[in-house]
Amino acid sequence: MSVSLTVNGRKRVVEAEADKPLLWVLREDLDMPGTKFGCGAGLCGACTVHLDGEAVRSCQTPIADAAGKTITTIEGIATNAIGKRVTEAWAALDVPQCGYCQAGQIMSATALLKQNPKPSAEDIDGWMSGNICRCATYLRIRAAIRQAAGLAPEIVAAGNAGGEQVA
Amino acid sequence: MSNAAVLNRRSFMVASLAGGAVLTLDATVVLAAPAKGAPADVLNAFVRINADNSVTIGAKNPEIGQGVKVMLPMLIAEELDLAWEQVKIEQTDADETKYGIQTAGGSTATPRNWLPMRQVGAAARAMLIAAAAQQWGVETATLTTARGAVLHKATGKSLTYASLAKAASTQTPPDLAKVSLKDPSAFSIIGKSKPGVDVPKIIKGEPLFGIDTRLPGLVHAAVVKCPAHGGTVASIDDAAVKAIPGVVAVVAVNSGFVPAGQNDTVLIVADSWWKASKAREKLVVVWDDAAVSGFSTAGYEKAAAGLVANPPQVSLFKAGDADAALISAAKVVKADYEYPFLAHATLEPQNCTALFKDGKLEMWAPSQSPANGRTETAKLCGIAPEDLTIHLTRIGGGFGRRLLNDYMAIAGQVAKAVPGKPVKVIYDRTDDFRHDFYRPAGWHRFSAGLDASGTIVALKDHFVTFGKDGKGLRAADMAATEFPGPIVPNVDYGVSYMATNLGTGWLRAPTSNAMAFVFQSFLDEVAEAAGLDLPELMRRTLGQSREIPGGRVPFHTGRARGVIDAVCKSAGWKGREKGRGFGFYFCHLGYFAEVVDVTISDGVVKVDKVWVAGDVGSQVINPINAMHQVQGAVIEGLGQAMLGQKIVQENGVVTAENFGDFALMRMEGVPREIAVEFIKTDFPPTGLGEPALPPVIPALAGAIYSVTGKRHRRLPLELI
Repeated sequence: MSVSLTVNGRKRVVEAEADKPLLWVLREDLDMPGTKFGCGAGLCGACTVHLDGEAVRSCQTPIADAAGKTITTIEGIATNAIGKRVTEAWAALDVPQCGYCQAGQIMSATALLKQNPKPSAEDIDGWMSGNICRCATYLRIRAAIRQAAGLAPEIVAAGNAGGEQVA
Repeated sequence: MSNAAVLNRRSFMVASLAGGAVLTLDATVVLAAPAKGAPADVLNAFVRINADNSVTIGAKNPEIGQGVKVMLPMLIAEELDLAWEQVKIEQTDADETKYGIQTAGGSTATPRNWLPMRQVGAAARAMLIAAAAQQWGVETATLTTARGAVLHKATGKSLTYASLAKAASTQTPPDLAKVSLKDPSAFSIIGKSKPGVDVPKIIKGEPLFGIDTRLPGLVHAAVVKCPAHGGTVASIDDAAVKAIPGVVAVVAVNSGFVPAGQNDTVLIVADSWWKASKAREKLVVVWDDAAVSGFSTAGYEKAAAGLVANPPQVSLFKAGDADAALISAAKVVKADYEYPFLAHATLEPQNCTALFKDGKLEMWAPSQSPANGRTETAKLCGIAPEDLTIHLTRIGGGFGRRLLNDYMAIAGQVAKAVPGKPVKVIYDRTDDFRHDFYRPAGWHRFSAGLDASGTIVALKDHFVTFGKDGKGLRAADMAATEFPGPIVPNVDYGVSYMATNLGTGWLRAPTSNAMAFVFQSFLDEVAEAAGLDLPELMRRTLGQSREIPGGRVPFHTGRARGVIDAVCKSAGWKGREKGRGFGFYFCHLGYFAEVVDVTISDGVVKVDKVWVAGDVGSQVINPINAMHQVQGAVIEGLGQAMLGQKIVQENGVVTAENFGDFALMRMEGVPREIAVEFIKTDFPPTGLGEPALPPVIPALAGAIYSVTGKRHRRLPLELI
């Protein structure tokens, strides 16, 4: 089927099977590999994108359901004020290790701060627990969300690494 | 551990990074004359000096999230005396004839490269100095360097490296072993936190990973594997698949796991991976799996119970007379421990892209050991190893899974079947879970004897695991020197093996991730029988500071004592307390002691805080990344123990299909704080990818025991 959608502010038309997930349309048909394939079952969050402003798992979103909708992906998230603050905090705190899950983490974090600008520690943990980070960068993800939200750091210094204080 | 000698025999080129089509060469600086008879193309290429005085440094090892893509260039940049802002980092291709060993495994990058990479930087600096000395007509001894320039203090003259690069290329290269290296007190890059080089790209979603490989005319392949490991293709009916528009080919290949001449994997190649994946429903494969369908978790448990009750098949280590010492011991402690198979579950599924053209293969491989991948792929494709060009991609998690190269072997063979077309092979999550090379399960039967003073005088362990022909399968081994064996006067370590059809492999801190749990937990039971806590039993057992020879590396009791004392001080350890546990382990040359605090309510365990003290020698190279590695390892260890992680097998087949069947740690389970400190000692720096993981598991088990009063002798921990 032919599907029209807006991706990162740009109108796109794709030819795809109706049940082809948005994830694979983004990666294969629109040549936007920033959104990641992790589980194909909505369990890991690596494929998170925004569909009309809501965080969704693109591996569980048939392209037919995205017809006429507005999609934001990691490639476009920094054009949004909150997304920009989130990605800047991610870089400032050196959040990624392997980096594979981080597109999904950033998309989820941005969606959180859109609807809950000053989340509590419990809010952050609850919201973000749909996203797996296999390297376990969770302490820095928490800290980066707090920084992007303008909240004080939860823990001032996490320790002393070889004589250098590392927060 | 140094491969300086290897590097020494080769020539170095400061100008061209391999695969340098994207690079403009500004100057070539040959650092060492080629060995006699060496082919002209045997060159090492780590450093390129650009016209704008920025310096491109090649990062040779696969980056799996361990931070090696920054760490190795830091070593070169330090001795080349650059400002970090001048440095541009590029991933090299895989080619050990040019770059030396390129393995991401065993926490080896630091000990292997600490000297050689610094020598590479120092040699380039020496040639730049020599070039400046010639130009100015002064002695090299009168020159210094700083921030990418050579300085002559007497006259105040200076020249940038860029302006000297061409002249430096004509200098006689110095002997790498004799180049002078900085005193650590002069380090300005080593020991200062440097963020991940790819972070700016990661946060924009730029293509970096193997799975993101994009090439003109790319086709995609989904895999169909015999559900039971080791089963092979008997027949294929692919008529319905081939009838689907866009399907390019159906190809049966050997992943390297079954004997030559047989196939265990079928690939559907199509113009879309989604299409290829969906087409699998229409593929009919008859598998020959009779020899492998009888293996099951229940069968292993039954077999283990039988084996462990009999004498070990193989003796691992004996000292004194353990049986006699147990009979005469004042107290005897006995316990059985066990742990399951585990999957790696890298978040980026296994994948590889390959193009076969004119009899040669070009690959984009997310591999932790590309040199092995080259050998195996070449063999299975029937081409010469040198006819493979291997580009290294960023890797979405390794954890040891990608030390094995089945995805490369498969991609190479399917590419050969569709010559001229680049093919990207992607495992889906179920393929990835079901066709891993698992951390092997194990069972241990312990007995220990204490004398009247509470000293361990006898120790026996019968370890049951998986093997063949009297030898353990890959990663199914135990060191003969497993602590405290070498210190106890009467010891008997033995092993018995049973068969499995599963592939086994190395999981982050292999063997240690299990041995720390069983040995430290058992020692906690021994400590309790002696009226002690575990840190105190460890101190008494370790005794005076000394080096004890080990199987592969010595064990230093003083370094062990150092981290034990440090973590007890930081955590305010006051002996056995409700809600706290302790663990120590030495592996991959690193000494780590950890304390875990838990609270338990309504049968739910919450880890509140973890303290870590580590000793990886005299220098932490990149402090911020060191912190990442340690905290990540601790959280991974907690996840292995408390989330029910285990790989279960029925009728030869692994039952796990997705993350719902094999839970990974999520944010809600992560402690609020993991406090890390490093104890600096006068030993060469060593690696950090692995050694922080093992001790957290016994520390957690001990903490839970301190609350429930119930010993936890099996992983995953059953909390209720």
